[in-house]
Amino acid sequence: MESPQVYILLSLYIALTAFGAFTNQRSLPIFLLFEGSLLLIFYARISNVAKLIYGALVLLVLLPILGMRNVYYLEVATQIGIYVALALGLNIVVGFAGLLDLGYVAFYAVGAYVWAIFGSSHANEFSAPGDLVVIGVGLVAALITGLLSFAGIKRFLASGSKEKVPAPWGGVIQWAAPLIVGVIFYELAWLVLGSSVGGSGRFPIPTGWFFLFLFIAVGVAGLAGILLGTPVLRLRGDYLAIVTLGFGEVIRVLSKNLDKPVNITNGSQGITPISRPPLPPEVIAAPMRAFFSQIVGRPFQNPDLYGLYFFFLALIIAGIAIFVARRLDDSHIGRAWTAIREDEEAAIAMGVPLVSLKLMAFAAGASFAGAMGMIFAAKQTFVNPDSFTFMESIGVLAMVILGGMGSIPGVILGATIVTVLNLQILTEASLQLSALRQSGGMIPILGIPWTKFPNQLEPAKFQRMVFGIVLIVMMIFRPEGILPAKRRRMEIEEALHPEEIEGDIAPSAPAPEEK
Amino acid sequence: MPKLQLRSLRELLFPLFQIIIFVLGASLVTSIVVLLLALLLRGTRTDTDLLVAVISVLPQTLIDGITLGFLYALIALGYTMVYGVLEFINFAHSEIYMVGAFAGAELALTLQSAQVLGVIPPLLYVVLAVVAGMIVSGLLAVTVERVAYRPLRGAPRLVPLISAVGVSFFLQDAVRLFESFNRNAFYLTYPVIPEFDRRIIFGSIATASGGTMDVGISVKVIIFIVAAVLILIALNYLVNATKLGTSIRAVAQDRLTASLMGINVNQVIAMTFLIGGSLGGAAGVLAGIKAGTIDPFFGFIPGIKAFTAAVLGGIGNITGAMLGGITLGLLEAFVASYLTLFSKGALPGADYAAITAFMILIGILIFRPSGLLGERVGQKA
Repeated sequence: MESPQVYILLSLYIALTAFGAFTNQRSLPIFLLFEGSLLLIFYARISNVAKLIYGALVLLVLLPILGMRNVYYLEVATQIGIYVALALGLNIVVGFAGLLDLGYVAFYAVGAYVWAIFGSSHANEFSAPGDLVVIGVGLVAALITGLLSFAGIKRFLASGSKEKVPAPWGGVIQWAAPLIVGVIFYELAWLVLGSSVGGSGRFPIPTGWFFLFLFIAVGVAGLAGILLGTPVLRLRGDYLAIVTLGFGEVIRVLSKNLDKPVNITNGSQGITPISRPPLPPEVIAAPMRAFFSQIVGRPFQNPDLYGLYFFFLALIIAGIAIFVARRLDDSHIGRAWTAIREDEEAAIAMGVPLVSLKLMAFAAGASFAGAMGMIFAAKQTFVNPDSFTFMESIGVLAMVILGGMGSIPGVILGATIVTVLNLQILTEASLQLSALRQSGGMIPILGIPWTKFPNQLEPAKFQRMVFGIVLIVMMIFRPEGILPAKRRRMEIEEALHPEEIEGDIAPSAPAPEEK
Repeated sequence: MPKLQLRSLRELLFPLFQIIIFVLGASLVTSIVVLLLALLLRGTRTDTDLLVAVISVLPQTLIDGITLGFLYALIALGYTMVYGVLEFINFAHSEIYMVGAFAGAELALTLQSAQVLGVIPPLLYVVLAVVAGMIVSGLLAVTVERVAYRPLRGAPRLVPLISAVGVSFFLQDAVRLFESFNRNAFYLTYPVIPEFDRRIIFGSIATASGGTMDVGISVKVIIFIVAAVLILIALNYLVNATKLGTSIRAVAQDRLTASLMGINVNQVIAMTFLIGGSLGGAAGVLAGIKAGTIDPFFGFIPGIKAFTAAVLGGIGNITGAMLGGITLGLLEAFVASYLTLFSKGALPGADYAAITAFMILIGILIFRPSGLLGERVGQKA
């Protein structure tokens, strides 16, 4: 199937769009075409290795270079990375296990606040030096994290080794898990010792511990998922949706009000400044500075470097999220989730432990959100309750629905489309509109001056309407999403048009496994 | 013929009796609980006499709670009726309620600018606004059902629910857009009627600080409560004593069999949306008149709370929705005014009252998924 023409065309397309975006830094359509090259790579009939090489070229080389020419592009790319990971997390809950979670942003908030509180000087507010609270909370959190990651990884590995050839990295994870848990304990011990020695200035935590704290954020968010899930997972789907929505509101109200009696979240003012992870050592940073200062045409400062840094961080975590989601989907856990989603009673009859698997889906989804929340807090260096509204939950849900519930490439595409629409197309349209107003031209066909164009139609204000329309239209016309997962599509078609499907497969044996 | 009239009379009086019992019972229980708490905690406080402080705000809290309760009951009926016939949570119902409030406000503002408002009696104005809200909301609910829910009937449960979430978001922005064109602001303010702001004073009560405080109720609140009670009675009559009500109940019980008995199921479902939506619209107008200012996002929180009320009473059960609404309203008002007092101001009651509803929702779904009066529906059979 492979032919050299495909390679030539693909390379040409990437080179052309990249060059175009490089020379016209302000042109949105060209940049969108460039972003589209990733989709082309995904669909091109070339070997997986070639796809990987092309993808790496676009994501790791071309995009950072373009992003340095126009910093906003890098910001958008970083946001896409964050939302891809978030949407993949929600996809585990909604797409794989079929549980509608309308309060997903709560776990994002939990992750963000974990780092916001301990990664800024705010934690000094409620802990006196040597305070037992901090030590206790820290140790319990570490313990739970450790146990969770242990249990999770063990099951995860067991699933891989039982039915398929064990993956080469399986052993690595097995080996690394105790190490990670050990390091977390070491870190907390250090924190406690350091606090008893260091006196009042114990927080923020040294930035070097950022990555280890990532595990704690994952653990705490996962724990929040289990805490919420335990009482409510017996409920039927639509009730669960409303309860999770309520939980999202509870977390938001709590974060707004927990400034008294003990000031934990600093109320609606939010917490700032939150420390960022340390920059890479000069050995790596210096050549990057030299390289990128040539591109930007001015000295390459630390803020620029942080832009790049968070882009790569979001990219790596999104990559990990894709990897984990794929492995989960293929594992026996994933198959059990599918079984629960398709027919709960049949799943119980086959011996699927319903509640613990639903809990696992909830915890897994929540922990993705926790990690991304922490990155968000570090990137913005500021969090307050307004960042975690119901709107955000629906935005992530719209990504999953648009792309296709349960389909990993679909969800990635959905997250990209919605983010680009939100951050680039709507914003850019508003900018263009105000530029047209300034220019004093006429609306082409109507012959009215642009200044008369009503302010109320400013596209950037239409987020809610866009999300709403996306949800309704997708549900009515294509409930399985743009890039559907095969199995999900069959389920929905079967429910909506039972007679057609039955006619197709009834005479023969049951439909073969799709996997 | 006399027999029929007697039956109609009973259908009219029985719900009134029910409502009075619910209000009195729920008020009594919550009051006793809070008074007992005050007695228990009295010894621990030296700064103020807790019992006197509690009693002095009790009448106002009860009035607030009952008002809130009727609001929740009216909205909850929309959720519960739709759930009854379709087993589907109409997530967009909170926006139907919001649109009703806007329709009433538009009518009121039009009347005001036409100089009619000062001429007609204020009560007629209320009736007109409520009717406008009911018509617009009812028709909107039917349209939404036709466009966004009917094509999805029979799909997996989550599909129509997601569509409903989409409708809810769409309506919020659509109303914002419409009003920003129409009035150049996305919030509206109901015209002020001086007669409505008057307070009727019953007497005065001693406060903890040694002074006295008037106990009274404003005319607005009386209008709200009376209107709500009238609407609830009318609904009860409609559901229990008319042919339409019988067919709604038949569809709720068994859709297939109802259709075999010659009931046009689609039409009955549309009528259910019409009735539920118009109740929501009436609630919106009444709440708007009471609150004064409304915006396109003000339906969301009352909507979720009303859903909680419906679950609390037993979803699918009309009497249950009334009981659940009144109970939830009272509980919330009590948390809002007493949490601050009991915690010496450390926990702001008004903020935590919002959480109370969700806690109740989770608690009810875990311990008594059938609600106070309903059948078991929260869990999969």
